[in-house]
Amino acid sequence: METRYLTCIGCPMGCQLTVEVENGAMVSVTGNTCKKGKEYAEHEVSAPTRMVTSVLTVEGSAEPLSVKTAQAIPKEKIFDCLREIRKAKMKTPISIGDVVVHDVCGTGVDVIATRNL
Amino acid sequence: MKTIDLLIIGGGPAGLAAAVAAWESGVRDLLILEREESLGGILKQCIHNGFGLQRFGEELTGPEYAQRYIDQAMALGVPYQCNTMVLDVTADRVVTAISPTEGLQQFQAKAIILAMGCRERPRGALGIPGWRCAGIYSAGTAQRFVNLEGFLPGKKVVILGSGDIGLIMARRMTFEGCEVKACVELMPYSSGLKRNIVQCLDDYGIPLMLNHTVVDISGRERLEGVTIAEVGPDRKPIPGTEQYIECDTLLLSVGLIPENELSNAAGVAISPATSGPVVDETLATSVPGIFAAGNVLHVHDLVDFVSEESARAGVQAARYVLEGQSAQGQAVQVEQGFGVNGIVPQQVHVGQVDAPIRFMFRPRDVYKAARICVDIDGAEVLRGKPHMIMAPGEMAVLEVGPEVFAGHENAQKITVRLEVKG
Amino acid sequence: MVRDVIIVGAGVVGCAIARELSRWDLDILVVDQASDVAEGGCTKANTAIVHGGYDAKEGTLKAKYNVEGNGMFDQLCVELEVPFERNGSLVVAFEGDDLSQLEVLRKRGETNGVPGLKVLSEAELREKEPHVGSTARGALWVPTGAIVCPYELTIALAENAVENGARFQLDTAVTGIRREGEVWLVETAAGETLEAKAVVNAAGYQSGKFNNMVTAEKLDILPRRGEYYMIDKSYAGVFHSAMFQLPSDKGKGILVARTVDGSILIGPTAEDIDDPTDTRTTAEGLDKALTFARKTWEDMPTRSFITTFAGVRPRPSTGDFKIGEPADAPFFFNAAGIESPGLTSAPAIGKDLAQRIAQRLNAGKKDNFNPNRKAIPKFRELSNEERAALIAQDPAFGRIVCRCETVTEGEIRAAIRRPLGARTLDGVKRRTRAGMGRCQSGFCSPRVVAILCEELGLDPTDITKFGGASKLLVGRIGEEGKA
Repeated sequence: METRYLTCIGCPMGCQLTVEVENGAMVSVTGNTCKKGKEYAEHEVSAPTRMVTSVLTVEGSAEPLSVKTAQAIPKEKIFDCLREIRKAKMKTPISIGDVVVHDVCGTGVDVIATRNL
Repeated sequence: MKTIDLLIIGGGPAGLAAAVAAWESGVRDLLILEREESLGGILKQCIHNGFGLQRFGEELTGPEYAQRYIDQAMALGVPYQCNTMVLDVTADRVVTAISPTEGLQQFQAKAIILAMGCRERPRGALGIPGWRCAGIYSAGTAQRFVNLEGFLPGKKVVILGSGDIGLIMARRMTFEGCEVKACVELMPYSSGLKRNIVQCLDDYGIPLMLNHTVVDISGRERLEGVTIAEVGPDRKPIPGTEQYIECDTLLLSVGLIPENELSNAAGVAISPATSGPVVDETLATSVPGIFAAGNVLHVHDLVDFVSEESARAGVQAARYVLEGQSAQGQAVQVEQGFGVNGIVPQQVHVGQVDAPIRFMFRPRDVYKAARICVDIDGAEVLRGKPHMIMAPGEMAVLEVGPEVFAGHENAQKITVRLEVKG
Repeated sequence: MVRDVIIVGAGVVGCAIARELSRWDLDILVVDQASDVAEGGCTKANTAIVHGGYDAKEGTLKAKYNVEGNGMFDQLCVELEVPFERNGSLVVAFEGDDLSQLEVLRKRGETNGVPGLKVLSEAELREKEPHVGSTARGALWVPTGAIVCPYELTIALAENAVENGARFQLDTAVTGIRREGEVWLVETAAGETLEAKAVVNAAGYQSGKFNNMVTAEKLDILPRRGEYYMIDKSYAGVFHSAMFQLPSDKGKGILVARTVDGSILIGPTAEDIDDPTDTRTTAEGLDKALTFARKTWEDMPTRSFITTFAGVRPRPSTGDFKIGEPADAPFFFNAAGIESPGLTSAPAIGKDLAQRIAQRLNAGKKDNFNPNRKAIPKFRELSNEERAALIAQDPAFGRIVCRCETVTEGEIRAAIRRPLGARTLDGVKRRTRAGMGRCQSGFCSPRVVAILCEELGLDPTDITKFGGASKLLVGRIGEEGKA
């Protein structure tokens, strides 16, 4: 059994969680005030994910295009995902929600534009 | 001089939410004046996610959050004018503004909503010794260079202050291939959101050095490194604890200051605790017809709260325009009790509260198992629910219904305080 | 090509000499190691005071040029459109000070020719300056004391010199000066050798070094650093006059003075240093400045500090300015060791030296010398009617770039397009005040960088803070991934 200490990010409360982990799965959690904390801890010790946001330069615009992953992707794929974003070729006009990278790094998640350009 | 019912100074999240709410309350003769080329304010450069959880129940980025309000304003047909800088506001609500296309304009407004936002504290305010070289930026300036202009201010970064913009920029610079060597915080706690500490520092192994500060800046032309030192309980550097960190960039995230130059010009009373206007429960300032909301009033952590507050200012300003009056009678002062700093609103017209009042403030310190209590004339009238933790980095909010004030029409003072167990 | 005059140093003294020399029919070149005029540690960072002249020892060159220079400012600043205000100086004596020293200062000033000096009682002082500290006991009133912006004056002098035919070569460090036959050779770090009939040494902290290359009349420069705080202009009204402290055995005292732009300057400390280019601020120095300044201003608003900086005074080993032609170095003219009151003295030194040089070179006066220089319009100081007219004429004046100081895009473009136009962020700042306010360029620096690029055809990664390696940006986003 392994004990991990996490800060819940479910809301601005930032509860300090103590999580008991066995074989990559959560056994118990304390310190959370709501079920978000439990879900977060479960998720974080087994398959942590993150939203990724970045910008890329775009043909036809001096201003960069801001983008995000439509959902959170596995944490370990963040830097691969950033590489894919940098490689993406986009042309104006672009609208919020336009797909910039399909199925980024095999995660099944698209990278989408977060601004109109 | 043009006459106008409502002028909103600032087209960022505060100004947009206020304008939409005022429109929906029936004011049509209104105008947003925005100094930048487009609406959206600082959100345009906040490309990270985490906005809108409270307001929209989903994780939006800054530009997306701003666009929701811009779209809403556009759909309603709310008039706005960009590239327009307000130079002066008088107490009788004459507003002078300039723009390249409209030239110099003067408006006589029935009501004004101040929504100018805030600015970052610069290095000079801290008096950090050393060279005055290139490579020292406030975190927001660096954020603009990276996210809106597409340029990198440096490669090896130290961040002074653990405000949210600094934390966000730690991750942002990491994503752009920079090495972020440390985030140095003078206080024993971070002023940033927990979520940002976890996802912007911890995730990338960037050390958060609490109780530390920068004591020297090296590099004649471009920054070459900083010397940091541990500080004692008096926040003064402890001799012998100095260490040198090689870096070409120092980002400062050492606090935000409401931008109240125009409020001062109009003679609006400013609270030393918030550095923003003193307002009552309707977000009316000390000058009749002038309202304030968002970061110009007090620095928020979450834009969702800015929108909420600004919408209330919009409703109240509309009421002032349409009914031609603000709250009457003697306002009762709201005093800051134990653990409370920067309370807003600072005044309440006890006899006229007809909607819940949201008291917002920053805890003075980190408190565990604390609850917010409200006293009227020394007697407790409300006990909030307990919070596991309260910290200066996270704005505290307590909504107080009108019923709490019923029967206290002759109150002399309201006190908001924290009650900490043990 | 042998020029008539090469002036080494584009600080306030060098530029004052250049401007005065440009009255004559002479081929003038000013060289400086920095990328801009007024960029050195002496001119750009000092107390910005036009001194009355009570302080300098009787009979010295300092006393002579101080009093003469002071009297020239009114006309000079009108001609050059440089803000100047005779708000007077007060030398304040505090509890425990020897009040009789005020009378000593008054007498010295009178001997030096300073008009209107008066010793004030505590009551008279408080009537003039109600915010002065509670331990103030009296003061010397110096009605001719005044304030001016040192770099604004220097830039104006330089621009006017250029308009009258002088040329400037910046980014040019002088490594050697020697005489060959009838010609002075000025060698530069770039390997260039410039030739002139006459050389002027106005090189600030390097003036000792250049002097010692050519004459047996040795001069050492003992650099002395002064550190300053700047307080936000919202406190401009606290003191009307420049508030000095009576020098005592504990030190020269710290000045609290409003600048012509309304900010309040606090300083300087006085620390002897080895490296004259060491313009770092120190925790001890800044602390000392505040401790002393609190005597003058007890409720100093520490929350309203906007910046700190340090300057270097090139203190001459002889104790006095070294002006003119050494006996063993004909046609080499010193304006060396110009420490305080250098800013005040500069116009008089310029006039005097220019006359002597012109005489030695048998130069005639130009008939087309234009003493007037038009300043960049200061949008913040215009009336609304003038503002409207300016925007109608050029819409760039309708766009505010620096919010804190109300500086328009039109002013910034003008600052870049002028003779000796700005090439750097600091160059724009010193010509327009963009970035000098309370946010210290947080909001406007990206815009100013963009305008510099547009005007000069540069890439943002080329733009520097003040030349050399002081680059602001190191690259573009995404370069690594794409490479």
